[in-house]
Amino acid sequence: MYDVIIIGGGVIGLSIARELASKQLKIAVLEKNSDIGEGASKANSGIVHAGFDASFGTLKARLNLRGSTLMPKLAKELDFEYLNNGAMVLCFSENEKPKLEELLARGLKNGVTGLEILSQAEVNKKEPSINENVKYALYAPSGAIVCPFNLAIAMAENARANGVEFFREKKVIIIKKNNTCYFILADDGTSFEAKVIVNCAGIFADEIHRLVSSIPLTLAPRKGEYLLFDKTVGNTVKHTLFQLPTEYGKGVLITPTVHGNLLIGPTALDIEDKAGVDTTGDGLETVLKKAAESIKEIPRREIITSFAGLRANSGQGDFIIAEVSDSPGFIDVAGIDSPGLTSAPAIGEYVKALIADILPALDNPHFVSKREGIKPGNNEVICRCETITKAEILAAIQRTNELFKNPGQISLDSIKRRVRPGMGRCQAGFCTPRVAELIAGELGINETDITKSGRGSEILMGLIS
Amino acid sequence: MKAELAIVGGGPAGMASAVAAYEKGIKNILIIERDKKLGGILNQCIHHGFGLHAFKEELTGPEYALRYIEMITEREIPYLLKAMVLKITPADGKTPHLLEVMTDDQGLFAIEAKAVILAMGCRERPRGALNIPGYRPSGIYPAGMAQYFVNIKGYLPGQKVVILGSGDIGLIMARRMKLQGADVKMVVEILPYSGGLVRNIVQCLDDFEIPLKLSHTIIGIDGINRLKGVTVAQVDENLKPLLKTAEYIPCDTLLLSCGLIPENELSLSAGISIDEKTGGPVVNQRLETAVRGIFACGNVLHVHDLADNVSIEAAAAGEAAADDIITGVISDWGEAKRPKAAPKTRYTPRANLSLANQLVCIGCPASCVVTVEKEKDDSLTITGNACPVGEEYARKEVTAPARNITSLIRVIGGENNVVSVKTTDGIPKDKIFACLSEIGLTAVSAPVKAGDVLIENVAGTEVNIIATANC
Ligand SMILES: Cc1cc2nc3c(=O)[nH]c(=O)nc-3n(C[C@H](O)[C@H](O)[C@H](O)COP(=O)(O)OP(=O)(O)OC[C@H]3O[C@@H](n4cnc5c(N)ncnc54)[C@H](O)[C@@H]3O)c2cc1C
Ligand SMILES: Cc1cc2nc3c(=O)[nH]c(=O)nc-3n(C[C@H](O)[C@H](O)[C@H](O)COP(=O)(O)OP(=O)(O)OC[C@H]3O[C@@H](n4cnc5c(N)ncnc54)[C@H](O)[C@@H]3O)c2cc1C
Repeated sequence: MYDVIIIGGGVIGLSIARELASKQLKIAVLEKNSDIGEGASKANSGIVHAGFDASFGTLKARLNLRGSTLMPKLAKELDFEYLNNGAMVLCFSENEKPKLEELLARGLKNGVTGLEILSQAEVNKKEPSINENVKYALYAPSGAIVCPFNLAIAMAENARANGVEFFREKKVIIIKKNNTCYFILADDGTSFEAKVIVNCAGIFADEIHRLVSSIPLTLAPRKGEYLLFDKTVGNTVKHTLFQLPTEYGKGVLITPTVHGNLLIGPTALDIEDKAGVDTTGDGLETVLKKAAESIKEIPRREIITSFAGLRANSGQGDFIIAEVSDSPGFIDVAGIDSPGLTSAPAIGEYVKALIADILPALDNPHFVSKREGIKPGNNEVICRCETITKAEILAAIQRTNELFKNPGQISLDSIKRRVRPGMGRCQAGFCTPRVAELIAGELGINETDITKSGRGSEILMGLIS
Repeated sequence: MKAELAIVGGGPAGMASAVAAYEKGIKNILIIERDKKLGGILNQCIHHGFGLHAFKEELTGPEYALRYIEMITEREIPYLLKAMVLKITPADGKTPHLLEVMTDDQGLFAIEAKAVILAMGCRERPRGALNIPGYRPSGIYPAGMAQYFVNIKGYLPGQKVVILGSGDIGLIMARRMKLQGADVKMVVEILPYSGGLVRNIVQCLDDFEIPLKLSHTIIGIDGINRLKGVTVAQVDENLKPLLKTAEYIPCDTLLLSCGLIPENELSLSAGISIDEKTGGPVVNQRLETAVRGIFACGNVLHVHDLADNVSIEAAAAGEAAADDIITGVISDWGEAKRPKAAPKTRYTPRANLSLANQLVCIGCPASCVVTVEKEKDDSLTITGNACPVGEEYARKEVTAPARNITSLIRVIGGENNVVSVKTTDGIPKDKIFACLSEIGLTAVSAPVKAGDVLIENVAGTEVNIIATANC
């Protein structure tokens, strides 16, 4: 019997797991994929939003600001990449200036510090690559960028080190409540019991919710598509450049990434398929067209990949974080769309407080808040584009293995998110066979069993005959 | 560590430049190679088509590499393996060139050199550069990576294959996958002509009736875990897809053969200027880059079709570097020159050969169109060939067509699962698959040496199968 079971190993579930680990609770995270962090948490802009977007008084506004404030310290504590590069919202005409002023006012009300509206000349000075027709910009010095992969992984590893148990390939399909606890059944036939359930299933949180509650909740996927550019053009911009928000969200942005690439996107399109993470010709064209409004030149030749992520849109305009009224001990953390990544640390704290009321517990005296990342190695280079050594890859394999309580495989993408082989300009053309060989060797399996991203995505069909 | 001449890359370019510099009297050479073997890309090019110029015989890639490896060993030219050069800081008049090298056994260290030859080869263009929308399942590979998986590791990446891009690697891999029993559905090329050598179209596609779809491209990728299919459509003159022509092709593998890019990140680290057009360093007549004492040759300079040309160019670079080291004089930087890529014959689809009695000679990359006329006395009059090879090929092609075949044989207890092999002579075209099934049923124990006869009289053809590499 667990005290708390968290369904969904995205950045939200992981942050909650890490926060709860500081209490004397028996905790497990159930994740349906072969690794944590493969949902929305791996396909977003990686922006730490300053906090001027959300309406005053919402949970979103509060948790965004708190998350953005916590992030720098957390980055040090958990050793993931964070860069306070500052953000700007660009305004292209005099007519739109009132909208910029509205953002400024909202930001100030939300408690964001350092905001100011810059003139064209001031913008140009800070960001020379900007288009000539930019008239003003709202400057947010607290805007920052993080590595979304390592943020999630770091929280998971730290939670694990503090006793949280992680289970992979456990898709929750049935939840039953009896007098004392919840009974949870996963698709592989295994079952779990818990006093408290935290539903962090991302875009699928409505389906998990419906397993226990009759109160309506629906989440609709809103797709965002991106283009990623080579590091050679990573310094095209220094700040994260937004355009004025529309009813669909924050619009297409241009930003450097913490690893020195250039990223543009996302689009915002309501779709039906919750697995629809495909990019589209139209979507990518839109991204290129919109981004071209912000800066002088988009270095199209340096595109290395494209990807898409799905926001969980509840239609309610705010995060839904509460114990479900018809299901005591069942907490929804749903509709966590942008700025969910930014808010994650704050959501962790918030849910910890909610659970303290339901299931009081003492502090965990052995809690260690620090985690160290994988250091650069000093032997054979396996990924030539990102200069990743064998030592780093072996460390990533070992850590992934140690994270999970149940046996399972490690995919190429899992290693890629941890230490970046295949993230570079050749997009794994060179290192795939080499990383596959290392994983197979470490796990004592055949190379033909290696997958790109979990079961069903095997990369090879067998030995030649 | 110190060397008079440091050579980055141990492919045909690096090795040929080392040999040439050695012959000029430079003995203190160091070749730095990041792979676990010398030979570069040639180790995975198990097909024929190398050495016609350099050795006056038709060799496979591994055999061509072995010839140079032997020259390196005979001369005892030192080399490092599993060692990657990460950065070059050029000489500044007081200090020599400084190479930062990461090695497997000794970690990071520096190498000082009087002269440096860049011979890093090239890499394949990734999918992102092609901007194909869709999902990102497994089963989409650069053709060269698939070639590595098949030819070096002995694994089949998939069974139902579509190839995008008709560059040479794509064509060669179409045949390779076919010979390994895969169903190769088509090669899709966005341009109205192929980027590959004509002989490769003839012997890799036409021989196996693999369709080449010119002016077509891929506009959709289907499959969430593993690839399930692609959508292929024709394009208009502006290369825009015509959606009406879209056709769904079920497949589990998509190989991308959309061009090679010289690998010049290292050159950039040394402040060497790169030519926009070739993607390689700007060099003078002596193959010296804009940084004095640093030379470039082979695919890092511009993408070559032929390894033989790489060797010739590399020898010139090796000699120039040797001259500089010997005289101690640094050359005057002559006028910057853009390296010339050899002109290419463009593929004419077979249907366009004007007469039924014309064929393309596959004897060498010149790909002559040869006409065969049957005279009244049954003798053949052959015209259009530039050399005797064409005449002999055409005569055989109309009487008893034959092909040299390269493939792989399973090795037990070797460093890899397979060793590359070839037929010692042409076998009748209609015996190709009989020959392959015999190869498929054969397994040998390590060690195997290049030249070892692994199957005698394969499929009753009186031709032997020999190894073309060591394993
Ligand atoms: C395009 C886009 C751009 C964004 N940009 C930003 C940004 O720049 N800054 C920012 O702050 N936020 C951003 N966000 C928001 C942020 O990415 C999300 O809010 C955050 O990742 C949500 O995390 P999550 O853990 O709720 O969801 P997810 O990461 O989707 O995790 C949910 C997990 O639950 C698992 N799961 C689902 N069903 C089951 C089941 N039945 N059993 C077990 N496990 C299950 C899934 O496999 C998944 O791992 C963006 C989002 C998108 C889509
Ligand atoms: C599929 C294919 C088919 C071909 N078919 C034919 C054919 O039929 N006939 C023909 O004549 N030619 C053919 N070629 C062309 C020929 O193989 C190449 O032109 C030739 O191999 C290029 O030689 P290179 O030495 O410049 O490059 P490579 O062979 O690529 O060698 C470069 C070497 O440098 C190493 N390296 C790179 N960077 C570093 C670094 N930083 N530190 C250390 N080492 C480094 C690499 O590991 C590699 O070993 C073919 C090529 C391909 C890819």
